[in-house]
Amino acid sequence: MKKVVRVAAGQGFWGDDLDAPRRQVEGGPIDYLMLDYLAEVTMSILQKQKERDSSLGYARDFVGAMESVLPAVAERGVKVVANAGGVNPRACAAAVKVMAGERGHRLKIGVVTGDDLLGRLDELIAAGHALANMDTGAPLSTVGGEVLSANAYIGSEPIVEALEKDASVVITGRSTDTALTMAPLRYEFGWGGSQWDQLAAGIIAGHIIECGAQCSGGNCLYDWRSIPDLANVGYPLVEGSPDGSFVVTKHPKSGGRVSVQTVTEQLVYEMGDPHSYITPDVVADFTTIRLTSAGDDRVLVSGIKGRPPTDKLKVSVAYRAGFKAVGTLVYAWPDALEKAQLADRVLHERLDRLGLSFDHIVSEYVGATATHGRLAGDQRNAPEVQLRFGVRGSDRAAVERFTREIAPLVLNGPPSVTGFAGGRPKVEEIVAYWPALIDKSVVKTKVDLIQ
Amino acid sequence: MKVRLVDIAHARSGDKGDTANVGVIALEPRWYSVLDEFVTRERVADHFRGMIEGDVERYDLPNLNALNFLLHGALDGGGTLSLKTDAQGKVYSTALLRMLIDVPDAEARRLELPAAK
Repeated sequence: MKKVVRVAAGQGFWGDDLDAPRRQVEGGPIDYLMLDYLAEVTMSILQKQKERDSSLGYARDFVGAMESVLPAVAERGVKVVANAGGVNPRACAAAVKVMAGERGHRLKIGVVTGDDLLGRLDELIAAGHALANMDTGAPLSTVGGEVLSANAYIGSEPIVEALEKDASVVITGRSTDTALTMAPLRYEFGWGGSQWDQLAAGIIAGHIIECGAQCSGGNCLYDWRSIPDLANVGYPLVEGSPDGSFVVTKHPKSGGRVSVQTVTEQLVYEMGDPHSYITPDVVADFTTIRLTSAGDDRVLVSGIKGRPPTDKLKVSVAYRAGFKAVGTLVYAWPDALEKAQLADRVLHERLDRLGLSFDHIVSEYVGATATHGRLAGDQRNAPEVQLRFGVRGSDRAAVERFTREIAPLVLNGPPSVTGFAGGRPKVEEIVAYWPALIDKSVVKTKVDLIQ
Repeated sequence: MKVRLVDIAHARSGDKGDTANVGVIALEPRWYSVLDEFVTRERVADHFRGMIEGDVERYDLPNLNALNFLLHGALDGGGTLSLKTDAQGKVYSTALLRMLIDVPDAEARRLELPAAK
């Protein structure tokens, strides 16, 4: 058994720095490259792509990422674990296989499926699985718009199985972000399914690095001016040990910083009840985490406790939920805020006169109160204020009509207005999310090897 | 003595549906006790009154010198439904750090807390 296993994060979301995966395999020794591509919004985008072309539906950036790390994977044995498969993991694997083949390499690719429940929804609802909304309690049968995708968040077991079958690349669909890091540690150290403390530690390692550089100096408020070389920010890696403890660090000669403070900020990011971070594999307790500085850009994480998971998996359902558009205009000093407020009243009145009604309207004053509201204090002397006016509704034509009401205000509204060069606002279709739980027993994952 | 949170803590916030979370972390470990004592659930609910629609919950992480607040109904529906600039609650963190707390002078001196400017 290895004494230390290095898992490096190379992608925190679909759209992250394309060069980060290559920097992670070239900047220093690593055993695994972990790439997280999936946010909730991503699954429905991928589902739409798959509907148009059945060979799509995965994060296509991944093929380029694999190309950039191919020498490390094929020649140095670095393994890759990624949830790039989206709603079509097999097609993703096929594309990687073709890319590698064209460059003279044969890769053993493990493909994890079984998370996609879209085709089974009617059957599941008929069998009594309400898929009630975790926030509102409403059963999925009452959802307003067309369902576009439905995926269960699956855990580490199928990834471990693929690694046991000697896959050098593992591609999953909607695997949890944290399992992508925990599974390689579990496989290498042979952690059993009830070694709760170690499994929880692996999950927390995953939580720390799943957002890429957000734990290594990116978006860090603590002493932000002093964080060096963000243009060359080092993405994080964990050096895991068999007992579950691990060190968070980054490659030498990279920018950013790994410190107790940068890691703590990431630990509290998107946190709910810290005693119960629920995953398919284990419930991790964030109140047991000990952080210790272990040298420059090194933080030791230890003491983590875990307990058995629940018998449910989280399911994310995406559905069509109407349309929205946001228009903006900028008003300049003097009385910038007051001018923007008058424009807001004029706009409301015009929409009323046109007989347009919306489910929801939000006006904000960027530069004054948009993010901190009344806490921002008196902003009457602001040098400039952007009126940001958003509408949402089920009638596309009404939202479309609204987008034509912004530009006229430049000539027929309050003075000192600018910032309209971007043209008419775009109408966006809203795909909303329905979080639900389902019995674990109905989700069967499958692992295939493609060579 | 009046103390502003931004001078004794750092923070990061994020979202889960229509709930924003704010993790507040003491800049120095000995200042955690000040967060614990003065940044109560009620105080935070009052700070954000009129800005959020739901309740506030507080969780303690003394191991990280941090508190975690959940601000329910803070994101105009959250996710893709929200029309807000800060639809994902990314800057509720610094909004909380605007808070002024009143620490007894003796305690403030003992802990060398910076006075609010």
